[in-house]
Amino acid sequence: MKILVCISNVPDTTSKINFTDGDTRFDNNGVQYVINPNDEFGLTRAMWFKEKQGATIHVITVGGATTEPTIRKALAIGADEAIRVNAEPTDGFFVAQQLAAVVKAGDYDLIIAGRESIDYNGGMVPGILATLLDFNFVNNCISLEVDGNTATAIREIDGGKEKLNTSLPLVIGSQKGLVAESDLKIPNMRGIMMARQKKLNVVEPVSATETTKDVKFEKPAAKGQVKLIDADNIDELINLLHNEAKVI
Amino acid sequence: MSVLVYTESENGKFKKNAQEVASYAYEVAQQLGTHATAISINATNAESLGNNGISKVLNITDDNLKTFNAKAFAIAIAQAAEKEGAKVIILSSSADTKFLAPILTAKLQAAYVPNVVSAPTSTAPFTVKRTVFSNKGFADTQLVSDIKIIGVSNNAFGSHENKIESSVESFEPTIPENSFSTKSAEIDKVVGKATIADADIVVSGGRGLKGPENWGLIEELADVLGAATACSKPVSDLGWRPHGEHVGQTGKPVASNLYIAIGISGAIQHLAGVSASKVKVVINSDPEAPFFKAADYGIVGDAFEVVPKLIEKLKEFKAQTA
Repeated sequence: MKILVCISNVPDTTSKINFTDGDTRFDNNGVQYVINPNDEFGLTRAMWFKEKQGATIHVITVGGATTEPTIRKALAIGADEAIRVNAEPTDGFFVAQQLAAVVKAGDYDLIIAGRESIDYNGGMVPGILATLLDFNFVNNCISLEVDGNTATAIREIDGGKEKLNTSLPLVIGSQKGLVAESDLKIPNMRGIMMARQKKLNVVEPVSATETTKDVKFEKPAAKGQVKLIDADNIDELINLLHNEAKVI
Repeated sequence: MSVLVYTESENGKFKKNAQEVASYAYEVAQQLGTHATAISINATNAESLGNNGISKVLNITDDNLKTFNAKAFAIAIAQAAEKEGAKVIILSSSADTKFLAPILTAKLQAAYVPNVVSAPTSTAPFTVKRTVFSNKGFADTQLVSDIKIIGVSNNAFGSHENKIESSVESFEPTIPENSFSTKSAEIDKVVGKATIADADIVVSGGRGLKGPENWGLIEELADVLGAATACSKPVSDLGWRPHGEHVGQTGKPVASNLYIAIGISGAIQHLAGVSASKVKVVINSDPEAPFFKAADYGIVGDAFEVVPKLIEKLKEFKAQTA
C-alpha cells in the first residue's frame, strides 16, 4: 500500500494571532510552526500501516522553502519520502488542485489529509481532492482499517459515530481519535539524522483557478470584565443568567 | 437566478439549523434582488420553510437517500443548483454538511467559504466575514468564482421569521449507482439528548473534577438545563471522557448560547474553541485561572461545593418558571 500524507504547516496551537500590513496578512513574527494537528493524527496512523502492513509513506506539503523544517519533521517521525509543491497556498481549492496533480502522477492507494488546518479552517482539501481524483472519501475519520482493497472507516457525526464500508483508492479527512494522543511520536535523534538523508523532491505548481481571496483580517473585540459572583450567592448567578443574559 | 439553500432533515423533520440557513438564504436573496429556493431530502414538513422566507422547496423523496451519503447528497444538490440556475448556495456547519460541501465545491468548480458569521458585507465583489485561526481572528473573504458556496456558522446569524407564500415541488435527481461506493454500515448515535453541535447550553468539565467518577455532577447539571456535556482536552486525553466530548481548537467547536466551564483553567486552545458561545460562565477554585478573563460570569469556589448548590437552586428555579 502506498500512502500519501498531506501536511499543512501551521502556527503552534499556543500562538497568539496577530495581523500586519494594514491587517491584510497574518503576522508570522515570532510564531513557531508545526505539523497541523489533524495531519499529525493521520501521519501516526500511516506509521501504523507502515509497521504492521508494510506500507510506504510519502508526505507532501504545498508551500515555500520555509515549510521544509515541518516536512523534515514528518520524515524524522518515519515517512519515507517528501514532496514540496513550491507555491504559496492561496486557498483550499488551490492546494487540492496541486495535490491532485501529484497524486495522478504517483499511483497512491490511500491519501490522508487533516479534516481541517487550524489556521484557515477551510476543511475542504480532502473532499475536493477526492472529488477531483474520483476516489472514495471519508471525512472526520476516527478509525481506519484496510484489508487488501477494502477499507472500514468510522467517522464522527453530530452526537455519535458512523461506520462506513468503502474501498481503495481512498481519501480520509483525519482528526483526533484516529490514534490516541499518547501514540503521537516525537522524533528521536536517529530519526532526525535519517531524515537528512531522505529524499525531499521539490516540484513546481500546476496552474490553478483562484476561487477566494482574503482581503482583510481582524482580531475579536476585547472581552468585557467578568462579573464575579460570590460562591454563597448562587441565586444571583441564576438571576443574571435569566434576566440579564436571558439564556436560561 | 435564485439563491439555493440545503436544509437538512432527520427522520423527515428539519434539523434546528435548517431555519437558520433558510433565514440566511432569504437575507442573501434580498441583497441580490431575487428569491430563495431550498433543496430538502425526504422532508415531510417542507412547506414550513415559508416561515423563514423560502419561496420554493425542491423536495426529494427517495428511499436510497434515507441514510446520509455525502457523495449522493452532493450530486443531488448540484443538480438542484443547475436546475435553478443558482449562483449562490447556502449550507450549514453540521458534520454531514461539512462532509458534502467540498464534494459539491469540486463538482461545481465553486468558491467555498465556511465558518461565515454574518450576512454578506458586499455582493459586488461578493464578500463575507468568517472566522479563521480557530476563532482567534476574522477574515473578510471575497468569493471570486461564478458559483459561490457559503457555509454558515452554527448559531451565528440566527433564525428569523419572514413569512411568505411557499410552494413545494418534488425533485428527482439522477444519481449514478457508483455514488454509493462508500456506504453506511452502522450508526451509533445518542438519541433524545442534546449534542454539542446543536445544544443551546453546554456544560463542560475539566481536570478540576479530579476523576471520571465525579462526572455525575456534570451530567446532573446538564440534565437540569437540558444541556449537552463536554470536556477539556486533558480530560479526554486521560480517558476520563470519550474524545467526542473534547471541545477546543483540536476538538469540537462550541457555539451555544450558554457555556458553563467547571474546573477548566482555560488554555488558549480551549478558549478559542468555545469563544463562539454567546455567554460563558466559569466555576473554578483558582481566581488566577485564565478562563476568568474570557468569561462573562464567574464564581471562585470549589466545584464540589458550588455545583451541587447550583443544581439544587436551578431545580427550584425550573419548578417556579415551568
